[in-house]
Amino acid sequence: MTVLPVNGGLVLAAGLFAIGLLGVLVRRNLLYTLMCVEIMMNAAGLAFVVAGAKWGQPDGQVFFIFILTVAAAEVAVGLALVNQIYRRFHTLDNDSTSSMRG
Amino acid sequence: MLNLLWTIPVFPFLGFLILLFFGERLPRKILALVGAGSVGVSAAVTSLVAYAFITNPPEGHAFHQVLWTWISVGDFHPQIAFYLDALALVMAGVVTGVGFLIHVYSIEYMGTDKDFARFFACMNLFVFAMLVLVLADNLLLLYIGWEGVGLCSYLLIGFWYREPANCTAAQKAFIVTRVGDTVMAIGFFLLVVQLGTLDVQGLMERAQSEWGPASGMATLAALLLLGGAVGKSGQLPLQTWLPDAMAGPTPVSALIHAATMVTAGVYLIARTHVLFELSSTAMMAVAVVGCLTLLLAGFSALVQTDIKRVLAYSTISQIGYMFLALGVGAWSAAMFHFMTHAFFKALLFLAAGGVIHALHDEQNMFKMGGLWKQLPVVFWTFLIGSAALAGIPLIDAGFYSKDAILWAAYSSEHGSFLLWLGAWIGAIMTSIYTFRMVFISFFGEAKNHVHHKPGLTILIPLIILAALSLVAGFIELPHNMGHIQMFSHFMGTAFESAGEHAQTMAEPGGEAMFQILAGVGSLAGVLIAWWFFLKNPASADSLASTPTGSRLHHFWKSGWGFDAFYDKVFVQPFRWISEVNKADIVDGFYSAIAGATQLTHSVLSLTQTGRVRWYAAWVTVGSVMILGALLFK
Amino acid sequence: MTLVLLVFIPLAGGLIAGWMGGKDSTACRWISLGALGLDALLALGLAFHYLGGSGNPGDSRWFIEWSQPWIPQFGISFHFAMDGLSLVMVLLTLFLGLIGVGASWTEIQERVGFFHFNFLWILSGVLGVFLAMDLFLFFFFWEVMLVPMYLLIRIWGHENRRYAAVKFFLFTQASGLLMLISIVALALLHPGNGQGVTFDYNVFLQNPLHGPAAKWIMLGFFVAFATKLPAFPFHPWLADAHTEAPTAGSIILAGILLKTGAYGMLRFILPLFPTAVHEFSTTAMILGVIGILYAAILAFAQDDMKRLVAYTSVSHMGFVLLGIFAGTDFALKGVVIQMICHGLSAGAQFMLVGALYERIHTRDMRKMGGLWDAIPGFGVATMFFAMASLGLPGLGNFVAEFMILVGSFQVAPKLTILATLGLIAATLYSLRLIRRAFHGPRQDEKAYPDLTLRERALNGAFALGLIWLGVYPQPAINAVTPTLKSIQSSAATPMAEHNAISGESQ
Repeated sequence: MTVLPVNGGLVLAAGLFAIGLLGVLVRRNLLYTLMCVEIMMNAAGLAFVVAGAKWGQPDGQVFFIFILTVAAAEVAVGLALVNQIYRRFHTLDNDSTSSMRG
Repeated sequence: MLNLLWTIPVFPFLGFLILLFFGERLPRKILALVGAGSVGVSAAVTSLVAYAFITNPPEGHAFHQVLWTWISVGDFHPQIAFYLDALALVMAGVVTGVGFLIHVYSIEYMGTDKDFARFFACMNLFVFAMLVLVLADNLLLLYIGWEGVGLCSYLLIGFWYREPANCTAAQKAFIVTRVGDTVMAIGFFLLVVQLGTLDVQGLMERAQSEWGPASGMATLAALLLLGGAVGKSGQLPLQTWLPDAMAGPTPVSALIHAATMVTAGVYLIARTHVLFELSSTAMMAVAVVGCLTLLLAGFSALVQTDIKRVLAYSTISQIGYMFLALGVGAWSAAMFHFMTHAFFKALLFLAAGGVIHALHDEQNMFKMGGLWKQLPVVFWTFLIGSAALAGIPLIDAGFYSKDAILWAAYSSEHGSFLLWLGAWIGAIMTSIYTFRMVFISFFGEAKNHVHHKPGLTILIPLIILAALSLVAGFIELPHNMGHIQMFSHFMGTAFESAGEHAQTMAEPGGEAMFQILAGVGSLAGVLIAWWFFLKNPASADSLASTPTGSRLHHFWKSGWGFDAFYDKVFVQPFRWISEVNKADIVDGFYSAIAGATQLTHSVLSLTQTGRVRWYAAWVTVGSVMILGALLFK
Repeated sequence: MTLVLLVFIPLAGGLIAGWMGGKDSTACRWISLGALGLDALLALGLAFHYLGGSGNPGDSRWFIEWSQPWIPQFGISFHFAMDGLSLVMVLLTLFLGLIGVGASWTEIQERVGFFHFNFLWILSGVLGVFLAMDLFLFFFFWEVMLVPMYLLIRIWGHENRRYAAVKFFLFTQASGLLMLISIVALALLHPGNGQGVTFDYNVFLQNPLHGPAAKWIMLGFFVAFATKLPAFPFHPWLADAHTEAPTAGSIILAGILLKTGAYGMLRFILPLFPTAVHEFSTTAMILGVIGILYAAILAFAQDDMKRLVAYTSVSHMGFVLLGIFAGTDFALKGVVIQMICHGLSAGAQFMLVGALYERIHTRDMRKMGGLWDAIPGFGVATMFFAMASLGLPGLGNFVAEFMILVGSFQVAPKLTILATLGLIAATLYSLRLIRRAFHGPRQDEKAYPDLTLRERALNGAFALGLIWLGVYPQPAINAVTPTLKSIQSSAATPMAEHNAISGESQ
């Protein structure tokens, strides 16, 4: 089993996270936002796994499984919300669904 | 018999209650019966009590009746208790006697007024309060009566409340006297704190024993009480309310603003004379206030056109005489003048009321004229009253009482030539303005015709009062003319030290000269009035139309500018402040806090755009900053 | 147990009335009347038992005491006790409560049940405040009277009720919070009775706190009570709350809720912090005098009749503040009489304004004038209570103000002279009210119904109370004498000791 290169793994995780974040900030379609959040979560998961490998501990992988579960739940809830939003506003543009403004 | 004392004020009070609660429902005859009858019963009881008091004087010439203890705090126990001595008896007699006559008179005078019940209710309440005032054994109970008569005066001046001017006059009367009352209340605080009691007799004893003569505390206390007295009695500098008080019905002016209430100040000083005697400063102040007031009011009376205002100023002036007498220590002379004044001034007001009534509420003297033929009884009684007011020598009561004061002003130990001179000039003025009034309204050509002649219920009180105005003087005659001292002997029981002052410095022959001067003065006044206002009216007009003359005329007519002065100095600033601060600046402070909170809120809520991407961006920026801070600290 | 019953009956009555309200509003009025009547009978029974016919309490200060642990860890207990002062205040509360139910008989037509629920719960809170001898319990009841009062103004008030209700709530709540901090600080800083933390009044009473901490704790209490009183400059909530509240709300607000502030000062501030009070008294008296004059000038300027009456309350409470911090025998007794008399006179005035509003649908005096013609009964009643309010001798307010002023003259003559000017100012606003509403020419020619029999009876009850206190206030004075004496002695003795100690150390 080859040792994972820690630096490379973390850089990849950071890159994925940045892509996800950027997506959340620039995309207006809620579906894409959701997908970008998913990417960010996976980036965090990747960082856990890399860090776990570095210290030779299973905790990182355990956490990744947790994150997978949470992500699944999140997708379920998130898609339901998106569905509702679409029904109510007839759009998925998250800038136009700003009725919660102060 | 003396035990009936407490019932004297109770009858008018019962009358008041009946009129208040059933006034709307009872027929006028019953109302009149209750209104006048209750005071009549009270007068009858007073005469019974007086008979018992004179024939069988109680120990110490004073009768004390305690009903219950009012307040009891520590060593301070004012009681609801009555005290009857010669002084209180004379006051109570005048209040119930003259009061009864005026009530009877009012039955006809107010007969057509739709608020008949309210009128008698207020009048009865007034008599009750006045009796409490004069019979009170302590100053706190006296204060109930004192403010009570003020309230009734307010209610009755504003009796015809639909007219705004009357309401203003009523308010003015209440507020101005209340200023005096407040000064007096401060005097009470001082007395309670220093001497621990307000019981008049105890107070006088303690004042003598603890303060002694010429003590600053005594001066202060006496001056504070004087403040109350000048307010109620319309003396300088609080005299401004009394001329305006003539807005009330004429019987009210006669009873409250001439015969009884306005003399409450005189009564108060006489009642606490021991305190005043401790301080020559206070005595001097009383005398000077009296002397100045009688002169100022005399000049103002000279130029009025409204018959009731002439009488109002003459009341102020005559009370000035009483104050002068008090100030020189001639206690019984002051009370003597109070009594005769009550008779003749009530008479004058009622007779004037008869004229006003007959002419359908015409009060301007210059629209009367020639009435002596049309209203003979009113004319003759008015003439008798005027003679008494002017102090025409020998025949009337006013001469004897005023002469006693003039003589005391010169001869007593507190007196001086200046005080006498002021009073003498005042006496001449009195007779000028009095006969000016008589000549203008009753002589000359008739300018108005009599609508209806007064009936018996108006005439009988007039005749009785006229008789009293003539004969009441004979119970006290100077020692060089008959030397009768019934009144001052009787009064002497209330004023241990009084009665002597007038004689202490008497030089043989001196008194006769002063009497002649006084007599000549008042006769000269009549002559001057006759010359200017009957024989030669044009000369008076031409005198008044010179620049100085018209300015003086205006100045005197407006009561020496006191009203304008008070308006500028007190009324306007107060109104201004209250108007400026109507919305309460303190509230502004709290509103500012609320406003600042709201401002912060609205600024912060701008960041709540409702756009998820912005929130995410802010979260990112925040996280980066925190991470950065942690990394590069 | 009687004391618990006293507090509990209105609570239960309120619950029943609230439950009945949806079905039968008349029944619900009768239930509140009945509950309060029962409570009043109970209190009267206590009064006769402990004061006797003559109003002379026995030697012991406390009539009844009842205590049951609540949160023993912190020394908190249900500790109720009654002395003369509490008894007098309880009687006043129930009297005004009964009048309040009567006054809202026709005025309140919406959600009658919930109204009476709130009304009775306020009264219950007030009774609790007057009887609680545990500071935590005291605070509990302090809050109990606050929330229903908020609802009362918020739901049944006039046009601007929202603003007024929130303002009332914020002022009372913020100042109440200060008091809570003070109470907790007192409990923690006080040496107690050697058995851990306690909130018990008697423990604090036996060993008052001194030093700088006492000063700050005292100030916390003072701000809370001064807001409730209200004293200048904590008064602005009052004008709005009184003006906007329904009639019954105004009556008990002016009649009783303000008195809880004065009661708190008498009961807690004076005896618990003698040295701090001694240092602070001049400031407080100055605030009192400013309040008297400032509020009187404000009252004079108002066009809204109810607002005018509201400001007169501030002015009269200035006398109370002056008297409490003058602290002399005269002044303290005067303060108690003033509390009762103001409760009666202001209550009556608010009731009259409310009844007038029911008829002419305005409180703006610019739209009135000449009303004596149309409704003379109102004229007589308003005149009577205006005279009471300006301190006409023979009515209770005069006795109270006279005693307060004499008492404060003993310690601060100059301030007292200024305060006495308040009597003139009171004349100004009272006469202006009469002048603008009842005198002068009529503004319209409409006919209005005069006072009904019910209203006459309620006014008569107020008037008799004022006359009684005006000519024979002795029973009330006697009832509170032992309480005030012990307040005075605990305010005076430790201070003397303290001074002696600090004198030695110098």
